[in-house]
Amino acid sequence: MKRLSIIKQPVLSVLNVHLVDYPSPSNINYFWSFGSIAGICLIVQIATGIFLAMHYTPHVDLAFLSVEHIMRDVEGGWFLRYMHANGASMFFIVVYIHMFRGLYYGSYASPRELLWCIGVVILLLMIITAFIGYVLPWGQMSFWGATVITSLASAIPVVGDSIVTWLWGGFSVDNATLNRFFSLHYLLPFVIVGASVIHLAALHQYGSNNPLGTNSTVDKVGLYPYFYVKDLVAWVAFAIFFSVFIYFYPNVLGHPDNYIPANPMSTPAHIVPEWYFLWVYAILRSIPNKLAGVAAIALVFISLLALPFINTSPIRSSNFRPFHKKFFWLIVADTLLLSWIGQQPVEDPYILVGQCASVFFFIYFLIMVPFLGRFENYLIHYKTR
Amino acid sequence: MLRQLLSRAAPGWKLGAATLAAGTAGLAAAAGTALADEAEHGLHAPSYPWPHDGFFSSYDHRSIRRGYQVYTQVCATCHSMDLIHYRDLVGVCYTEEEAKEMALNIEVTDGPNDEGEMFERPGKLSDKLPAPYMNEEHARYANGGAYPPDLSLITKARHDGQNYVFSLLLGYREPPAGITVREGLYYNPYFPGGAIAMPKMLNDGGVEYDDGTPATEAQQAKDVVTFLSWAAEPEMDERKLMGTKWIAVLSLVFLTTVYYKRWKWAPLKSRRVIVDVVN
Repeated sequence: MKRLSIIKQPVLSVLNVHLVDYPSPSNINYFWSFGSIAGICLIVQIATGIFLAMHYTPHVDLAFLSVEHIMRDVEGGWFLRYMHANGASMFFIVVYIHMFRGLYYGSYASPRELLWCIGVVILLLMIITAFIGYVLPWGQMSFWGATVITSLASAIPVVGDSIVTWLWGGFSVDNATLNRFFSLHYLLPFVIVGASVIHLAALHQYGSNNPLGTNSTVDKVGLYPYFYVKDLVAWVAFAIFFSVFIYFYPNVLGHPDNYIPANPMSTPAHIVPEWYFLWVYAILRSIPNKLAGVAAIALVFISLLALPFINTSPIRSSNFRPFHKKFFWLIVADTLLLSWIGQQPVEDPYILVGQCASVFFFIYFLIMVPFLGRFENYLIHYKTR
Repeated sequence: MLRQLLSRAAPGWKLGAATLAAGTAGLAAAAGTALADEAEHGLHAPSYPWPHDGFFSSYDHRSIRRGYQVYTQVCATCHSMDLIHYRDLVGVCYTEEEAKEMALNIEVTDGPNDEGEMFERPGKLSDKLPAPYMNEEHARYANGGAYPPDLSLITKARHDGQNYVFSLLLGYREPPAGITVREGLYYNPYFPGGAIAMPKMLNDGGVEYDDGTPATEAQQAKDVVTFLSWAAEPEMDERKLMGTKWIAVLSLVFLTTVYYKRWKWAPLKSRRVIVDVVN
């Protein structure tokens, strides 16, 4: 009788093909670990979130107190909550590095267009999930952040105000809003899980890109053991980084105003979103017109989605694209600059700097990406002619 | 060949690191400039060396106990601490017997009883610290329209909370020339706007400590801030201890994984690839 082989069984064989024996380029560096770290972040957020939901109460009178109940009375509750709250920040740090890696090495370029676009969809879902999650503790920033951001929909002509009322479930951010946000905050992570599976499926259609950006079929090694042991190093390093925040600086990434219970009668001096939204918030604020600001945010995501289709470079890796490499670091610096501008008051010189940084953001994606590919290509042919 | 290509890429990473460093410095500078407008946001408090602030430091529990005495003898006349129960003090700054006895001294409205009536009873460990006012309206009425905030989370609910509260408590002075403060308000440069409804509350000898520590104004401020820090983050001692152990263990695990990775990758790293043309 033939011996039973586990890896030839249904389901298990699929897992084996994609998660164990999967051939990966031998030369991918530690920046490729951020994909699996992002997966870990998602699992951590869902696991801690499920336990937090067992103790949390989505009601305007009780939400703030139930969070403090978790912090003080639930065994290990502070650990769960600090892990969840800081986990959101970690998730964004990891995903931003993951995306910049894709940008640097041209991982979005043909034939991986769909892979990149699904990634952008995941980013959008993450932003929505994180935003409504921040509303749940029902502190001052929760309430006023929710009010400001949902009000953006009112910029849409004709139906804008109706959409805002529909989002709120009433005529102001209130109990109905909190309830639906809690419901959606529980739902959306599972949508992200689904999108991540599609992301992985799209990745495995053509396999990982690599630091050379070339076809790596000549030299691939098994995901197991090589990239399990390599990613393990990255996972543990990430766990240490994450732990420093949870155990020693649990509130450094948050805003003190969110430890004041929500009060619709008192507006905080400055309403600031979480740090990971500041770059896009800065772009929104750099335009004095509300509708145009919302359109600019839409354009950010349209630019990201369009990236693989307007890219003209036949070379993927920026290691071999001297001009793009400079612009890559400029867009990294530009994003950091926008994040800084996003937390400044709306006054000069921050307005002007923010506007310049916003313009550069779009110049990079909509002009430099298509232009530099052609330009560098031209230089290569000029030299060889 | 792969190595050569990768080493050629190195200068790019140096440029990148420089850009990143510049960007990070910019973000760090944000903390300094965010509160530049001190007239509007209040004078930024100086940074004091809190003994429990260090990576491996725990609270000074004697100071928490004295701070509790400052709170009950001074602050509690106007400020509630709704998140703190007598049971929370047990093992932190009082024994169970002491906490029970303190709880017995308060009257708590409980009920309804079998006859549907509310009744008064002595406090228990599970009771909250008594609130001075029935509700916000009552508090505002008694304080000329100002609402003394609940202090349970105050050091976490203000920017640089510990230093802010400490500076605020000791920051009362005569308004400088040219600044007039409305009747019923007091000049305090650390308070946003400079005029605060709370009068100067701490005075030398204004509190009696049960451990005989001389109750100077600054001593009271330091102790009450330590107590309030504990109230806002009662888990801090446990959290830091757990974190220290966890990160110590994880660091050893990290070294192990580095070794494990190098060991597993040794065959790949030491191979020689010969590109040859057949025929």
